Amino acid sequence: MPTRNMIEAINDAHRVMMARDPDIVVFGEDVGYFGGVFRATAGLQQEFGKERCFDAPISEGGIVGTAVGMAAYGLKPVIEIQFADYIYPGYDQIVSEVARMRYRTAGEWTMPMVIRSPYGGGIFGGQTHSQSPEALFTHVAGLKVVIPSTPHDAKGLLIAAIEDPDPVLFFEPKRIYNGPFDGHHDKPVKPWSKHADSEVPDGHYTVPLGKARIVRPGNDLTVLAYGTMVHVALAAVEENGIDAEVIDLRTLLPLDIDTIEESVRKTGRCLVVQEATRTSGFVSELVTLVQERCFYHLEAPVGRVTGWDTPYPHAYEWIYFPGPIRMKQALEKVMAD
Amino acid sequence: MDIPSSDPRRNAPRLALHVPEPAYRPGDAPDFSNVTVPPAGSAPRPDSSAPARDTHPLVDHLVRVLDEDGRAVGPWDPRLSPDTMRKMLADMVTVRVFDDRMYRAQRQGKTSFYMKCTGEEAIAVAAATALDSEDMCFPTYRQQGLLVARGYPLVDMMCQIYSNAGDKLHGRQLPIMYSDKPHGFFSISGNLGTQYPQAVGWAMASAIKGDSRIAMGWIGEGATAEGDFHSALTFAAVYQAPVILAVVNNQWAISSFSGIAGSEQATFAARAVGYGVAGMRVDGNDALAVYAAVRWASERARANAGPTLIEFFTYRAEGHSTSDDPTGYRPAGEAQAWPLGDPVERLKAHLIGLGEWDEERHAALVKQADAGVRAAQKAAEAQGILPGQGFDRIGSMFEDVYADTPWHLAEQRDTALGEARTYLGRDAS
Repeated sequence: MPTRNMIEAINDAHRVMMARDPDIVVFGEDVGYFGGVFRATAGLQQEFGKERCFDAPISEGGIVGTAVGMAAYGLKPVIEIQFADYIYPGYDQIVSEVARMRYRTAGEWTMPMVIRSPYGGGIFGGQTHSQSPEALFTHVAGLKVVIPSTPHDAKGLLIAAIEDPDPVLFFEPKRIYNGPFDGHHDKPVKPWSKHADSEVPDGHYTVPLGKARIVRPGNDLTVLAYGTMVHVALAAVEENGIDAEVIDLRTLLPLDIDTIEESVRKTGRCLVVQEATRTSGFVSELVTLVQERCFYHLEAPVGRVTGWDTPYPHAYEWIYFPGPIRMKQALEKVMAD
Repeated sequence: MDIPSSDPRRNAPRLALHVPEPAYRPGDAPDFSNVTVPPAGSAPRPDSSAPARDTHPLVDHLVRVLDEDGRAVGPWDPRLSPDTMRKMLADMVTVRVFDDRMYRAQRQGKTSFYMKCTGEEAIAVAAATALDSEDMCFPTYRQQGLLVARGYPLVDMMCQIYSNAGDKLHGRQLPIMYSDKPHGFFSISGNLGTQYPQAVGWAMASAIKGDSRIAMGWIGEGATAEGDFHSALTFAAVYQAPVILAVVNNQWAISSFSGIAGSEQATFAARAVGYGVAGMRVDGNDALAVYAAVRWASERARANAGPTLIEFFTYRAEGHSTSDDPTGYRPAGEAQAWPLGDPVERLKAHLIGLGEWDEERHAALVKQADAGVRAAQKAAEAQGILPGQGFDRIGSMFEDVYADTPWHLAEQRDTALGEARTYLGRDAS
């Protein structure tokens, strides 16, 4: 089976779907001739033509707004916001228009689109190229929010997102575009080609939205993570010799509550992990859900690992990034309580 | 704050901020002497496929067809048949009667809110007449005339206003925020300006698919300050989208006059120049000028000659909405003093001048429109009014958030139905 890194997997998902569905159009800043600053759309314009894959003006509001009109026409836009940090000029269109169109028109107009965007830190991007804004979207009724952590899932989830009848925010953890990252910034990063999850089948397949993956089975603790943090969590669990069950949520909204509940009831302990700033983050929702549903099975308070409530710094990136030290302390605390 | 005398900049002239103010406020006599109204027929009419720059003299002019005597003059006269003009007049009268009835319904407590378009009826009705029926419209809340002109049932409009059992939007939208795909009327948003890039996107999609349909979007002059206005113009210009973008300059954005949106230094039509798209300023109270401009722009779009920005120069004769009291911020009698007159009266005078209409027929038309609107109101109210709604299908509140209802919404629905059961003392659906 061919191996692909996450960018190649995402590129392949586009290619497979554009060949299958002539109504798919792909656009965004630099995505056309050049294939995107991360190369996720490389070759698509050459293969499918300028009318199906094209560069957009630097106007995120315009990109999302015109995508709304295209979806209303009957096309299926798959748009790229170059960095998730740039999504805010398009926020009104996403939140007030894309998310609510099905609802406010009682299904007369729907918004079957995918908004892709590289997100997260660990790439020396400073405070405007490192943010994790997923909680701003999981708070919005009508959106789905998907975050892959492997090339295999990235392709399968993106195809599922494109086929989904609802609008999907597809956040790509750019720190792991080229290889899994365990949080040890001072050690060499392994390429995806040496990882089992880089086996990405050719052609069409899907990874269903709303279904989490148990990455590592365990009995003593449940770790809930997504994106880059899945790899950080796995490494921390193994380095600290804890028999933890690590769950990759894959889809934050709708959430796979059954898998979470079953695991926490089994292990009795839970640690939630996100790269984003702490206050009102998505993991706060996870803590509440676990507390509401598994309270009498819990042996300890649910732990939380996050970024800090500061903008993302450039010079102190590895102090900000939730890495092995923060993971170790949190694991020990949840296990000790 | 005074600058201390030790400040090295003490001898520099003090800067001052300019905050625009309208020339007149409540208590003043309305005066529009600052509004330049060129003679009808004086605007040149470039070919619809001419380069955009050929239209740019029109951004500071005013395309007018009907003169002070009700005659159609000049190169923009669309030479419409009397039947077409009578249909436009009937639609404009219907809109006005409809507005009055629904305004009254709001005052009677039958619904929460209403927005009239008095004085602006020509902008929607004449545009709808000039477009093909399959072209897609991305309107604001003051284009109810599009639906009327395209034959959308008044009863359906009213059911939406009442959020009643006949409301196809299931009571989810404010009154007047209609949506109807078959009549080419896109869902209205309360966030201003969002429909503008959407119109461009729809037009781009039509071009991508090799379709022949075009799109038209409307925005108020106040909302041109939104980023969406500028992104829409950028995309329209970059991709030469087959779209018509209208700015309805009715002088007032709630209580803020058009100067607050930037009208003092340049017309809204002049925004077209910087984007390199065709642009013109049109008398919005002149149904024939509105028709001619939209027809011209639609020919241009259909010929892949590019988008057009049209400023419709008009006046909001009534309050912004039923929640607004315009006597608090503008002189009484401004609407009557508006130098471009009343669009209904002007079209009526034109038809009478042609011998194609008379006062008796007009009185009969108003009576007929009134009867039709009353009958529709009766039929709509038979399906409920807003204060009586809310308990018949509570479960529907949780539908259409997604194509399929996810677990968390299903749980919340069941909880809500439980609350309703407690409140009502019976099962709710």
